[in-house]
This record gives sequence, C-alpha cells and structure tokens, in this order.
Amino acid sequence: MTALLEVKDLQVRVDDREILHGLTMTVNGGEVHAIMGPNGSGKSTLSHVIAGKPGYEVTGGEILFKGEDLLEMEPDERAAKGVFLAFQYPVEIPGVTTMNFLRTAVNAQRKARGEDEYLVPDFLRKVREVAASLNIPMDMLKRGVNVGFSGGEKKRNEVLQMALFQPSLCILDEMDSGLDIDALRVAADGVNALRSPDRAMVVITHYQRLLNYIVPDVVHVMSQGRVVKSGGKELALELEATGYAQYEEVAA
Amino acid sequence: MAAVQETVDRVRQIDVDQYRYGFETIIESEKAPKGLSEDTVRYISAKKNEPAWMLEWRLEAYRRWLTMEEPKWARVEYPKIDFQDIYYYSAPKPKKTIGSIDEIDPEILETYKKLGIPLREIEALEGVVRPEGERKIAVDAVFDSVSVATTFQKELKQAGVIFMPISEAIREHPELVKQYLGTVVPTSDNFYATLNSAVFSDGSFVYVPPGVRCPMELSTYFRINERNTGQFERTLIIADKGAYVSYLEGCTAPQRDENQLHAAVVELVTLDDAEIKYSTVQNWYPGNSEGKGGIYNFVTKRGDCRGDNSKISWTQVETGSAITWKYPSCILRGDNSRGEFYSIAISNGYQQVDSGTKMIHLGKNTTSRIISKGIAAGKSQNTYRGLVTAHRKATNARNFTACDSLLIGDQCGAHTVPYIEAKNASTLFEHEATTSKISEDVLFYCIQRGLSQEEAVGLVVNGFVKDVLQQLPMEFAVEAQKLISISLEGSVG
Ligand SMILES: Nc1ncnc2c1ncn2[C@@H]1O[C@H](COP(=O)(O)OP(=O)(O)OP(=O)(O)O)[C@@H](O)[C@H]1O
Ligand SMILES: [Mg+2]
Repeated sequence: MTALLEVKDLQVRVDDREILHGLTMTVNGGEVHAIMGPNGSGKSTLSHVIAGKPGYEVTGGEILFKGEDLLEMEPDERAAKGVFLAFQYPVEIPGVTTMNFLRTAVNAQRKARGEDEYLVPDFLRKVREVAASLNIPMDMLKRGVNVGFSGGEKKRNEVLQMALFQPSLCILDEMDSGLDIDALRVAADGVNALRSPDRAMVVITHYQRLLNYIVPDVVHVMSQGRVVKSGGKELALELEATGYAQYEEVAA
Repeated sequence: MAAVQETVDRVRQIDVDQYRYGFETIIESEKAPKGLSEDTVRYISAKKNEPAWMLEWRLEAYRRWLTMEEPKWARVEYPKIDFQDIYYYSAPKPKKTIGSIDEIDPEILETYKKLGIPLREIEALEGVVRPEGERKIAVDAVFDSVSVATTFQKELKQAGVIFMPISEAIREHPELVKQYLGTVVPTSDNFYATLNSAVFSDGSFVYVPPGVRCPMELSTYFRINERNTGQFERTLIIADKGAYVSYLEGCTAPQRDENQLHAAVVELVTLDDAEIKYSTVQNWYPGNSEGKGGIYNFVTKRGDCRGDNSKISWTQVETGSAITWKYPSCILRGDNSRGEFYSIAISNGYQQVDSGTKMIHLGKNTTSRIISKGIAAGKSQNTYRGLVTAHRKATNARNFTACDSLLIGDQCGAHTVPYIEAKNASTLFEHEATTSKISEDVLFYCIQRGLSQEEAVGLVVNGFVKDVLQQLPMEFAVEAQKLISISLEGSVG
C-alpha cells in the first residue's frame, strides 16, 4: 500500500536561508500524526510547502502524495486532490461573505475534479449540518471571511472548511491556539468525526492537551528543521515533562 | 513574492483577446467630411433637422472652443490629438426613416444581440422566465452617432415619462430642452464639453414629470463602431418635483489600433424632492498589451440638485478606455440636498485613469458621500481626484469621503488627490484614504481552498469593491461583477 504522504529528505530555503534541512516522515491513511517542536523549528514551513505556498524554494528531497509528486502540482490542484491546510493564522477577506467563499471554493474543487457543482440547496443543507456540529451560528457565515472573528472563531471556521471539503490529508497548524476549553472540545470532536481509514491528519501543536482529544498514532519532535524523534502518543507526555532542550542539542 | 510576480508576468501577456466586445460590424455608414469646421457643425445640425436656435447654440460653442486649450492638469499622458483627423458624425446609412424596430439594419440588431442588449421588447420578455417583480429595462441604443432604437416607448408614455433620443427631443420638446440644456454644464465649461456642445450628434433625453416614479430602469447603450470617428453623445435627464428615475449607461467599442475619442456630456437636474440615480458601466476598448489603441474617454458629467431635498447619486464601474478623464459631480444647490458618488475604477495593462468627483455644497444642510475604489494592475496608473467644497452659505454641510486603492503587482500606481475647501465653520468634512497591495497571504489562502490564482484575485477584488457594487441596480451588479473579473483576467492569466 502506498503511503498517503511521504516526505523524503526535504530541504527548503526561504530567502537564501535553509529552514528545513532534510526532513523525513511518512503518514499512512487512517493515521493521525502530531508534530511538536519549539518555536521556529519549521513546523509551519513544512505545512506551507506541502500546501504549495509560493516563496519557498525546495532545494532537495521530495514529497509524494498518494504516490504522486506533490511538488509538481499547482497549489489549487493539490487542494482539489485533497490536501487541506488549516492555517495557524487564518486571513481575513473583507467583502466576501464566508458563505460565498465556501461555495466558490467547494465548487472550484469539484470542477477541478470533473464533478458537478453543488446545487445551492444541497450545499446549504450541508453547510448547516456541519456548522451546527461545530456550534457555528449561521449568522457568522454571512459575515466577511474571518472579518472580525475572534481567534477561536477563526479556528473553528478552518475546521468547518475541512469538514465541508472532506480532504484526504488534513494538516492542522496549531488549531488549538486561541480556543477556549469548550471550543477546543467541539473542534476536536469535529476533527475526530473526520477520522477514517482513507484520510490522514497531521496535527501541529505545542500542547499535549489537544492530543488528549485528538489521540495521535505517531508523535514527531521537530527541532531546527528536522524530525529528531518519533514515537507513540506517550512521547507527547514526555515532552510536556522534559521540554525540548535535549532535542535541540541533538539537532545542533 | 512569487504569486505577485506571476500576476505581474501575466499582466504583461494581457492581449486584445481579453476584450470580448472587440468585434466590428460591417454596415454602410454616412459620415460628415473629416475634420472640424463651422461646416461640420452645420452638417450635423442639418442632418438632425434641428431648429435654428440649436444651430446657433452649437456654433457659439464651436467658436468658443476655437479659443480654448486642452486641460493639462490630469495625471494622464497621450500624444497630441489631431482634431482635424476625426470624423465628427457617422450614422448607419438609413433605410428611409426608421419607424419600427424591424426597419433597423439587421446587422445592428445582431450587434446588440451579441452584446447582450435586448432591443426587442418581446425578446426581452420571453425566453427567460423572469422572476416575479423583476423590473423591465427600457433601452436606448446609440450606434456611433445615432440612436437606433428606444424600447418600451408606449409604457413610458403612459407614465408621462419622456425617454427619447435627444435629437428627437430637440424637435419634439424644444421648450424643455431649451430650458435645461447647458444649464448644468455650460457650453463654455471645459475644452471637451465645449467641443461636445458643438458637435454632439445624439444621446438620450429623459424627463420625468412631477410626482412620477419612473416605472422601469432606463438604459442607454453606447457603441462606437465606425473607424476614426469620435463619439460625442449628450444626455440630459430632468427629474421634476418629487420624481424618481434610475438610469443605466453601458458602453463598448471594437478593438482598433488607433485611439478613438469619446467626449460625452451628461447633465442631470433634480427639482424639489426629486431623485436621479445614474449608473455607468464603462467598458470601452482599453487598448492592447502594448498600450496600442483604445478609447480616450474625456467625459463631463454633472448633476444639479436644483431643488430642496433632492438627491443625485452617481455610481460608476470603469473598466475600459485607454484613458479615462471623468469626474461625475454634484452641485448641491437646494437646501437639504444630497449628492453621492460611488466608484469602482479598474485599470490594467497601460490604462490611465484620472477620475473622481466634485461635491459643491451651496445649500444649507447639504450632505454628500464619496466612496471610491481604485484597483490598479499591470502598468496602469489610477488616480482619484476629488473636490469637496462648502460655500459660505452652506451651513451644516457634511461630507464623508473614503478612497481605497488596491494595487496588483508592483508596476502600477495609485494616487489620491483630494481637494477640500470649507468656507464656513459649521462644515464637517471627513476624509479617509487607504492604499494596499493585494495580499499574498490572502491569495494563497483562497488558492489553498481550491481557487485558481485568477479566481482568487477576482474574489478578493469583488470583496474590495462590494460597498460600491451594492449601489448598482441588481441587473447591473451581476454584470459588473463579471466584468470586474474579466477585466482583471489579463492580470493573472
Ligand atoms: N518568509 C520567511 N522569511 C524568512 N524567514 C522565515 C520565513 N518564513 C519562516 N522563516 C523562518 O523559518 C523558521 C521556521 O519558521 P516556522 O514558521 O516554520 O516555525 P514554526 O515551527 O511554525 O514556529 P511556531 O511554533 O512559532 O509557529 C523561523 O526561524 C522563521 O523565522
Ligand atoms: Mg508555526
């Protein structure tokens, strides 16, 4: 069976500075991987490169998605094929209602896959259902995308999109930051509901607490642009107790 | 930087294929001899069977024009125009006088059909099942210099609304035309307005009688077809006491290598408690990727809130023309009168836009509101130029101005030039201005959700201009939204 995501010896530069120095990880369908690591270790960079954000130069290594060369694909093509990134810092798009944005995005993806566009009533039903499960009031969806949303609302909006698009690879970059305890539980439930054998999740977080809700199969420790240790969910607990100091030495 | 760079690269590739309306219609036409002289003016006047007073009016304007110079203050550059190298009158060769729409040259009907303008009232009503309560739109189509068809005449007549080519109004309602023509934009107003006064060939005339709410949207569709012609249309709209009318104007032209001159004059008059809403979707040919060709759009539009409690509202979506020089303005003469200006001006390729408004507060408690959204892409230059003044007697004058500019790429320019003058202490003028670059992160967010680069730019821009789009009548807003995406299509491929 081919892995859903294979990152092999990935080297990435930004503005002539190497940020990822040969990063390797393999994620199979059905698995949840957590990535933990100190600030600036390259977690968001990895997620951006997988999603295809411009401005990063891949100088070595490769990324395979369902066996295909992901780096050859345009970012919108990756999205249509099922790569989803819940951003650490979701942006605001003034004047574009969330509802309109969701519909435009869903239909763009469906079109790219050669599927018919959603009929409006079907789409609305789907959004209502998902929004309700995430405790997102419909009124919020009439507002500009993330405009004036609280930090937690922005994060929930990311999970909403994920649930709507049903991607096969979900990368969640610090979805727990800014969420209060109840919101965290609701969002985590939303993520858990999406767990399935043909879908994988990469959960980037600083806090073990999230992993009580979204229980990972594998935990990776990232430090200075590399995965320096991988283990089971108990690794997260260990980190909580010891911090990253020992790994920084390993990486250095 | 990469996405922006890509955007810029693609802007470079923008080519004429992007312009959908660039086809030419082959029809026989009748033209005045090239160039401008008293004889040209007499020729046009004679063609229109005008009364002597009208000819005199034109000639006076012509003589005045000879003494005038082209304005130089706008931030636009272009080679000197040879005013003797232009045809000032071109008309589709008439097959006798046109009595009904069936007598219009089928080629012209075909042209309007291609442009999506319903000239046949029946066609306008059938085919599509119209939602309950959707308003009808009466259309006056001006082809080169001549009005070729005005629809829904009968229904309008029943309401007492006069909507006809101005050439006809001069003959049929001389008292109204005489009373109002040139009272908002005097013949001596400025170089192009004066030129227009001398040689205007057609345009629309609207009179809405007291207390009447015009039963449908009125619309004029301008098309320049003939090579080397200028189009000088003249529009005069009067809303008598307590009347209301909403008027839409659309324009396109074939793509040509040479520049063509369009110098229109629009005058609006509202009497007590009257309101005119004037919307424009301007999509003249903008020129090709090297900046060759395109329309020079030098237009004078002004509204006079002559009566108390009257209101004039300009909404414009400007996407076309090589050069736009245009400042739809309001003279707030009546007490409590209100002027509004909502503008979306998009420039791409080598387009140059210098546009804005003037709000002249003369009456007491007059209010005005200006919302301007400029979007510059490619190598274009986009300037907002606005004047807000309050006269000594304009106590409690209020203005709110918000000018936002959005830059796509780094080879274009956006400029804001506000002039503010308040001659009395009770005035309250507020001005806000922002300039921002289209955000790389916002574009990527959209693209990560599956939108193409192009769709992402379209979406972000449509969000940026939303406040103004909302001012357009429904039927137009949808069109305008599409047009905005199309006109930026070149900017991201
Ligand atoms: N565009 C950029 N230009 C220069 N340096 C960058 C850029 N993007 C990221 N970096 C640098 O790369 C390193 C990794 O950043 P990244 O955002 O991936 O870290 P992170 O692990 O997600 O950190 P955090 O936990 O704080 O979110 C940092 O040192 C950061 O300053
Ligand atoms: Mg990060």
